[in-house]
Amino acid sequence: MTLLHFQLLSAALFAIGMYGVLARKNAVLILLAIELMLNAVNINFIAYAAYRDPERFLGQIIALFVIAIAAAELGLALAIILRLYRHRGSVNVDEIDLMKW
Amino acid sequence: MSLSLALFAVLAAVCLGGGLGVVTSSNVAYAALFLLVSLLAVAGVYVLLLAEFLALVQVLIYGGAVIIVLLFALMLTRIQEFDHVTDNPQKPLAVLAAATLLGVLAVALVRGGPRGNTLQNVDLERLGTALFSSWVIPFEIVGVLLLVVLLGVVIITQARGER
Repeated sequence: MTLLHFQLLSAALFAIGMYGVLARKNAVLILLAIELMLNAVNINFIAYAAYRDPERFLGQIIALFVIAIAAAELGLALAIILRLYRHRGSVNVDEIDLMKW
Repeated sequence: MSLSLALFAVLAAVCLGGGLGVVTSSNVAYAALFLLVSLLAVAGVYVLLLAEFLALVQVLIYGGAVIIVLLFALMLTRIQEFDHVTDNPQKPLAVLAAATLLGVLAVALVRGGPRGNTLQNVDLERLGTALFSSWVIPFEIVGVLLLVVLLGVVIITQARGER
């Protein structure tokens, strides 16, 4: 079990998340895919902290901040989605074209 | 060492399988539960990386808070196509883009990425000390950010000025 294993796992998870962001239409599902990508990044940070930088463990600290900010982002995005749903009765991103000119 | 490798293989399979479930499931509630499976497997990966505090945080925040909030949001946006959501017509392009990204990353990592073979534990006491001494200002800023987000969410979701 080396750093490479974790890097490849992280890359695969990130690719899955990116596919979800690009292919999904429902805004909540896009949000789920973004959470997958954030977790892929966190795996990378923590693996690097454990293998390459155990003295300063910057990766673990950054991962903590990523988790906190991901939670904040999720709450805010869900609030915006709720508001959109109330206004338009839909959470499909390709029907929300108010700012698209 | 082979035991940990087997454990890693199982966790990676669960993690990636859950991720695939999230992006391919046509039922929104199943997608959220697949995300829970995937995130708990990520917590297991953190344990393998000897970061047990991060694993605990992952289980508490993602397994608890995030999934509950997501399920609430799903209940409140009761869309008509709840159990048969459709995807974008650009799906093949998305497959292509994701596969390209994965291929490029995998080749680059296998051929010349940074290497590491020995895993070292990070002492929780040292992590806490660093977080509350040299990282205290970012820590406080995250606290303020969470407060602002809390207020912003309340203001955005309250139906003031609406019919």
